[in-house]
Amino acid sequence: MKKQMQLVRCTVNGREVEEYVDVRESLLDMLRNRLGLTSVKKGCEVGECGACTVIIDGETIDSCIYLAVWAEGKNIRTLEGLEKNGELTRIQEAFIEEGAIQCGFCTPGFIMSATVLLERGEKLSRDAIRKHMAGNLCRCTVYENIVNAVEKVMDENETRRGKTVR
Amino acid sequence: MYDIENYYQAESVKDAVRLLNEHPDARFISGGSDVLIKIREGKFAGTSLVSIHGLKEIQGVKMADNGDIYIGAGTVFSHITNDAIIRKYIPVLGEAVDQVGGPQVRNIGTIGGNICNGAVSADSAPTVFSLNALLRLEDGKEGRLVPVKDFYLGPGRVDLRQGEILTYVIIPAKEYEGYHGHYIKYSMRNAMDIATISCSVVSKVDQQAGVIEDVRITFGVAAPVPYRCTKAEEALKGMKIEESLYEKTAQLIREEINPRDSWRASRAFRLQIGGEIAARALRRTVELAGGDRI
Repeated sequence: MKKQMQLVRCTVNGREVEEYVDVRESLLDMLRNRLGLTSVKKGCEVGECGACTVIIDGETIDSCIYLAVWAEGKNIRTLEGLEKNGELTRIQEAFIEEGAIQCGFCTPGFIMSATVLLERGEKLSRDAIRKHMAGNLCRCTVYENIVNAVEKVMDENETRRGKTVR
Repeated sequence: MYDIENYYQAESVKDAVRLLNEHPDARFISGGSDVLIKIREGKFAGTSLVSIHGLKEIQGVKMADNGDIYIGAGTVFSHITNDAIIRKYIPVLGEAVDQVGGPQVRNIGTIGGNICNGAVSADSAPTVFSLNALLRLEDGKEGRLVPVKDFYLGPGRVDLRQGEILTYVIIPAKEYEGYHGHYIKYSMRNAMDIATISCSVVSKVDQQAGVIEDVRITFGVAAPVPYRCTKAEEALKGMKIEESLYEKTAQLIREEINPRDSWRASRAFRLQIGGEIAARALRRTVELAGGDRI
């Protein structure tokens, strides 16, 4: 095993980033240790729990099983990039309102999965929401409330769209 | 930090072949959802990697003039599921790979990796077997075209020779035109679980005669490699579409498959479920063909 450094240029939360990373490093390690983005949680480290979920070019991935060097040229979003001027996004607020948080460890990952889902702008059934959130585990088991929160925001968006049409 | 000895990024298929020949001890990494985990758990610890991650050349789905469908080996599962050609012509494959792991894994795992790691539980395997897929392998010279059924050699072993790379999974037009397919994965959880047993049925219905004209049934986790039930297939061809067809299917399947006892499930349980899911999948393909209204 030897050190092999490589330059990675990518966009993280809208900011251009240039970092020398070890080729053996995961994107999770790069985001946490080099960029200080600690919302990206290190859970299982084998792509099962989803606590390290980030959005790359509009798709969720587990950053623990993604090499940092693969981030070259990519657009990466983490929880830190969601708030605007200190305001939470609607889905973050909905998680609080619905009590979709207990210990909070899984929350950033769940929020990122929910964010991608909501940005698609579809109204989905509870079963479909579950399927799309199935790559995130919550050991406090507040799943029901998490689905409630996502459904709530979907319903709100649906109402708003309805009004715009009228 | 992953325990990786050396890392080489390939810039093209040609480059990948060259790198692998230069570094015979290295292994390919594509999506990484299998290889990185095996490095983490120690099985591949200290390996060198030739990365074909993100090679545009082998991504995406296209249709040739003759109707054959070419699926790039580097295409991730979610892109297969959402691809317009797949949805229109072979939706069963898109549905099957939509049952791999969870959403995040389906955004990085590739069909080429799923096939090349040789796991009998691979969610793509039963369906590509039932579709009589061909695999295009490049070696920097002429390359080879191998039927997928000859590619699987044993648990975790495939016929990928030194310096070869899988570039395309090809579904010939004659293998899907007029056919309908359905895949059933039986597992303990709906997500993030591997199949206890799985079955993909692809059938062609003769509407006029009300019979099964052709049928292909493939099982995952019923043998060391994905298993085509050729005896049952032969027996079912030409049978009338009625209730007894499905009873016969379940019975024939239980006589033909040979699953094992494992900590996941017993042989007896797999036999019971195997017969049931084959019959249900066949029934669904007949419904899709409109054959239930005959």
